[in-house]
Amino acid sequence: MTVHASYRLALVGNPNCGKSALFNALTGGRQKVGNYPGVTVERRVGRLHTQGGSAIDLIDLPGSYSLSPRSPDEEVTQKVVLGQFEGELAPDAIICVVDATNLAFHLPLVLELKRLERPMLLALNMMDLAERDGIVVDVERLSAELGMPVVPTVAVRRAGTRSLVETLTSGVDELRARADEAAAVSAELPRDARALRREARRIARAAVLSEGVEHRVTRLLDTVFLHRIAGPLILLGLLFVMFQAVFSWAEVPMNWIDAGMVSLQHFGSSGISNPQLRSLVVDGIIAGVGSVVIFLPQILILFAFILLLEASGYMARAAFLMDRLMASVGLNGRAFIPLLSSFACAIPGIMAARTIDNPRDRLTTILVAPLMTCSARLPVYTLIIAAFIPNRPVLGAFGLQGVVMFALYLFGIVSALAIAAVLKRTLMRGASQPLLMELPKYQMPILRDLALGLWERARIFLRRAGGIILISMVVLWALSSFPPPPPGATEPAIYYSAAAWVGQGLQKIFAPIGFNWEISIALIPGLAAREVAVAALGTVYALSGTDDAVTSSLVETLRHAWTLPTALSFLAWYVFAPQCLSTLAITRRETNSWRWPVFMFFYLATMAYIAAGLTYWIARAVAG
Amino acid sequence: MDAIVTIRDLGRLRPGDSGRIAGLAAIALPPEQEQRLLRMGFAEDARIEVRHEGPVGRDPIAVKVDGIIIALRRRDAEAILVEVDPPR
Repeated sequence: MTVHASYRLALVGNPNCGKSALFNALTGGRQKVGNYPGVTVERRVGRLHTQGGSAIDLIDLPGSYSLSPRSPDEEVTQKVVLGQFEGELAPDAIICVVDATNLAFHLPLVLELKRLERPMLLALNMMDLAERDGIVVDVERLSAELGMPVVPTVAVRRAGTRSLVETLTSGVDELRARADEAAAVSAELPRDARALRREARRIARAAVLSEGVEHRVTRLLDTVFLHRIAGPLILLGLLFVMFQAVFSWAEVPMNWIDAGMVSLQHFGSSGISNPQLRSLVVDGIIAGVGSVVIFLPQILILFAFILLLEASGYMARAAFLMDRLMASVGLNGRAFIPLLSSFACAIPGIMAARTIDNPRDRLTTILVAPLMTCSARLPVYTLIIAAFIPNRPVLGAFGLQGVVMFALYLFGIVSALAIAAVLKRTLMRGASQPLLMELPKYQMPILRDLALGLWERARIFLRRAGGIILISMVVLWALSSFPPPPPGATEPAIYYSAAAWVGQGLQKIFAPIGFNWEISIALIPGLAAREVAVAALGTVYALSGTDDAVTSSLVETLRHAWTLPTALSFLAWYVFAPQCLSTLAITRRETNSWRWPVFMFFYLATMAYIAAGLTYWIARAVAG
Repeated sequence: MDAIVTIRDLGRLRPGDSGRIAGLAAIALPPEQEQRLLRMGFAEDARIEVRHEGPVGRDPIAVKVDGIIIALRRRDAEAILVEVDPPR
C-alpha cells in the first residue's frame, strides 16, 4: 500500500440521507467549521486517521438533490465535486451517502456523480432502519450494478464507520483503478433526468430483495402532526412550551451565574488596590461581560429546541402546516424555516434563506428575518420584564411574565408577516416560488449530534462575549470614566464624563419616545450586538450609582430609575431594533450589495421609533 | 377485464387516492419547473399516493412518490397527470 500523507475525501448526498450524522460519527469533535470564500455556505472539515497511519481530511458538502444546482448550497457541492471551486482542491475520492430505505430516490445522484468518473464509494446508510422495516438490500449486487464498493453503515450507532475507514485505507489508489474499470460503463449512463430516474429505479429493483413495510412510526406520527385540526394546535402548543421553557428552566442556572459574577466582583473589589484598575475590572469588564454571559442558559435552551425540531424531522411538517399562511403574504412554507431559525439568531436564519431559490422570495425573507425575536434580544426582554412585570399567575397555569414574553414574540411575527406582504406587493412583486419540499421520515435525534451543535453555539456566543462585547465594554467604561469629575463634585462621576455628553446629545432625538440619556447611550453599543445594550446599562448604572448600587442587581436599579411607560417603550423599540452589525454584514454578503442592508437598517429604525413612540404615549395616557 | 383508465391531475386527488404517473403536462409547465418536479421524483411510471392535506383549503398536499413524501401545492400538482387506481 502506498502511504499518502493525507487524502481529501468529500461526503456527498441528498438532504436527509444522514450524511451529517455520518460525518459526526467519523470525525467526532475533531471538525473545523468555516465558510467557503465569497459565499456563506458552511464548510465543514474533519480529520481522521486510518489504521495504516495515513490522515484523511473529510469534507462534508451541503446536501444536494442533483448536480444541476438549484441553490447556492448545491452550487458549492457541484463546484467542489467537479474541482471547479477556486481555492479548493478537487477531492481525491467521493463518498456518496444514500438512505438504504429509499434507494430509488437517492440513486439518481449516485449515477450523476458516477458519470464524473472519479474514485467513488457508496455508504449505504440507515441500515438499522432498513432492517427494522424489513428491507433487505443485496449489497454485492448493488456494488456490481454501480461498479463501486458499497459499505453498509449506521451513523447513529457508529456501526460500519470502522469498515468505511478500512475501505478508505485499502487505498484511494484501488478506488482509482476501479473508477477506470467503470469508465466504460459510465460512458453509457443516461444524461436526461427522466432516463436517470428510470435507471435508478431499475438498479433499486434489482438490488432490493425485499421491499419491507413502510416506516410505520412516520405514518402514524404524520396522521397526528399533519392532522387538519390537531396539527396546527400541536405546532402552536410546541412554540408556546418552547418560550415558556426558555423563561422558566433557565432560571436556576442563571441564578448560579449571577451569584458567581457577584462574588467575582467582591473578589475584584477587595483584591485590586489601584482605584482606576479596580473600576475597569469590576464595573467595566465583570459587570459588562457578566450581564451578557448570564443569558447563556436561555440561548442554549432555545437552540436545543430548534436543533431538536430540525433533527427529528418535525421542522418540515411545521413548514407544511404554515404554507398557506405564508402564501397569504406571498411567500411559501419553506420561508418558515429561516424565520423560525431567526428566533435563535438572524444570522443562521438569513443563511437558511438560501434554500429559497426565487430571488424575490429570498430577499423578502431576509429583510423580515430580523423581526423574529432573536436570542440576543432575550437578555433585553428578560431584564425589562423581570424589573417591571409582576410574575402573577394568568389563567391559572401561566405566569404574566411568560405571557408578556410570548406577546412580544407574537408582535415580532405579525410585523414580519405584514411587512413581507407589503414588500411582496411593492418592491418584490412577482409570482412566488412553488413549494416542493421533502418531508423526511421522523428520527430519534442523536444526543451526540445535538450536544455538538449546542457546544458550537455556546462557543460562538462566548467568543462574542469575549470579543466584540468585551471591547465595547472597555470603550464604554473609558467613555463613562473620563474626564474625571471635578473636585467637590456632588453628582456621581459619570455625569461629568464623555458618555454623558454623548447620551445627552442623543437624548434630544429620543426624549419624545421616553428614553433617558442612560438608554440613549446604551443604544450605541447595542448596535454592535443587541445583548450589549444590557451590558451597557449595567456599566452605565453601576457607574452612575453609589457604591451600594454597584453590587445591587440591575433589575432593582432599573425599577427605581425608569417609569413603566419608558420601560414599555424600550421593549417596543427592541421588537424592531435596527439590527446588530453582524446581521447587516451577513445581509450584505448574502445579497451581494450594500443597498439591502442600508434599506433594512433605515426601515427598521423608522419602525422602531414609531412603535416605541406610540407605546410611550399610549402607556402615559393610560397610566395617567 | 376492465380496460377503462382514469387519468386525472394530481391537484384534484384526495388523501387515500393512489396511482401511477402517466406524464407531466408539457403545456403550461415551464422547463424550470419540470426539472424541479423530475428531481423530486415526479417522473413517468412512478407510483404515487396522496397522504395528507394542509389545514386551510386542503392545501398543500403531501404525496408519497418513489418511497419518500413530498409536499407541494395543488396548483403546482395540476401539471402531474396520474393514472388513478380503481377504488378497491
